[in-house]
Amino acid sequence: MAVFLQNLINALQWGSFYALIALGYSMVYSILMLFNFAHGDIFMVGAYIGFGVSTALVALTAMGAFALPNWLILVLTILFSMFLTSFVGMIVERVGYRPLRDAPRASAAITGLMIGIILETGNLALLGAQRISFPPLIRTATYDLGGVYVTNKKIMIVVVSLGLALALHQFIRRTRWGMAIRAMAFDYVVVPLMGVPLNKMAALTFGLGSALAAAAGILFGVAYPVLDPYMGILIGWKAFVAAILGGRGSILGATLAGFLMGFIEIFVAMVFPSTLRDLIAYSIILLILVFRPHGFFGEPYSARLRL
Amino acid sequence: MPLLQIQKMTHYFGGLRAVYDYNLAMETGQVCGLIGPNGAGKTTIFNLITGIYRATEGKIFLEGSELNGLAPHEIAARGLGRTFQNLLLWRHMTVLEHVKMARYSKISYGLFGAFFGTAQRHREEAAIEAKALGLLGMMGIKHCADQVVVNLPYGVQRRVEMARALAMDPKILFLDEPTAGMNPEELAQMMEIIRQVRDELGLAIFLIEHRMKVVMELCEHIQTLVFGEVIAEGTPNEIQNNPKVIEAYLGKEAVE
Repeated sequence: MAVFLQNLINALQWGSFYALIALGYSMVYSILMLFNFAHGDIFMVGAYIGFGVSTALVALTAMGAFALPNWLILVLTILFSMFLTSFVGMIVERVGYRPLRDAPRASAAITGLMIGIILETGNLALLGAQRISFPPLIRTATYDLGGVYVTNKKIMIVVVSLGLALALHQFIRRTRWGMAIRAMAFDYVVVPLMGVPLNKMAALTFGLGSALAAAAGILFGVAYPVLDPYMGILIGWKAFVAAILGGRGSILGATLAGFLMGFIEIFVAMVFPSTLRDLIAYSIILLILVFRPHGFFGEPYSARLRL
Repeated sequence: MPLLQIQKMTHYFGGLRAVYDYNLAMETGQVCGLIGPNGAGKTTIFNLITGIYRATEGKIFLEGSELNGLAPHEIAARGLGRTFQNLLLWRHMTVLEHVKMARYSKISYGLFGAFFGTAQRHREEAAIEAKALGLLGMMGIKHCADQVVVNLPYGVQRRVEMARALAMDPKILFLDEPTAGMNPEELAQMMEIIRQVRDELGLAIFLIEHRMKVVMELCEHIQTLVFGEVIAEGTPNEIQNNPKVIEAYLGKEAVE
């Protein structure tokens, strides 16, 4: 039982990363009908921006410019980095996707791959190949709950992720932008005729998704403090799977699917040798998709509305 | 100065001339009709005015200011509301959400307000909701407010589109075949709604329609479009007795 609970907690943390990244994939897919394959690399960029921001804040504090406690530095790092990374996402949209909006889907798909490679190699050229350590901002405190060990970092990661997913859900459900984003999932023709600027909505969607990816990147850096330019590839692919599994454009679906994938991976590794982990985990997910091809909360959409 | 003025509008799709030398002047309170055989270019004219297509030639003025070159969302925000021939609703959103969405350009709270739920956001969203429910009441579909549109009967969906278009506070309402596919009962209700909108909301209505009964009863001014050209315009009476119109609809033999 204790082993089970211990793995459950690990799975919650691992699923948090997938969930946050999957939300960005899912929203972009929903309104633009394309996959932003550079999204995993935006996670990486977010982690590096977080590294830069936190290092700067730590240095300024050390120099005596201001006295900030470490937890506040972490909070500010997350907020600043989300803000800055959202611009990276908006630039990607402006440069890579907007000019290709009416191009064949395949062209838009490879844009993402190319931007991903550009971000990875650009980072490599800029910072070199050595790995970078994320500054240890909070000291790990471990709590023993009857044989189950929980760290303060794990609690923070799960709580922040759920909080952000909830904030996004509220935004999508209750505000005029959220409503416009949902309406854009159905058509591009009527939405502007109701006074909604499509380009602004596309940029907003990329910005929001990228901000969440940045949060995931920093939380990842807190848990596993070694950054490298290729850190976003595999986790990005897996989050992409979670986005599809959750159902197109579903905030709830992407979040749950992210956590589900965390669970499947961790629990498969609990039972089977860890070298077989992804083989078995993704066979299970493939099987789920065979029975639910639209994902958990996806609507069986047909073609877009046409005039 | 007319509310809407269109001068010498011509549009080509590649080499195909879809609309030729189209002119229009509309005043507030007026109901105008556009009739013509299928493929005459009626919906194209709506698309040109609302900015989905950019006219190859010609000028469009709303209250004296030019609309040419503006993006569709800007034109819409200036006061053109529209419904569609083949019901373009966002299938899995609720009726109320449809109507609220159309208030997008009238809302002033920013992204900060959206995320942190400021008093301004709550106030504005509450006002929109009240406005939307009022319009749904006017259309007689308030009881459907929280239903997803895909589950509603056809006649109700038509009225959702109408409420959505009206939520933009349009100066001109464009109705593209508002009674298409309706049974006689729904038809009578829709005509009643159109009259009510004209009388109570103080706007101009421009409608495309195939049913002569609807056009003749509602419109003060009618244009007949054939192959993208207006071949006749005038009052319902003038149109009904115009030999060119009869020819276009019934063929040459009927006239001779």
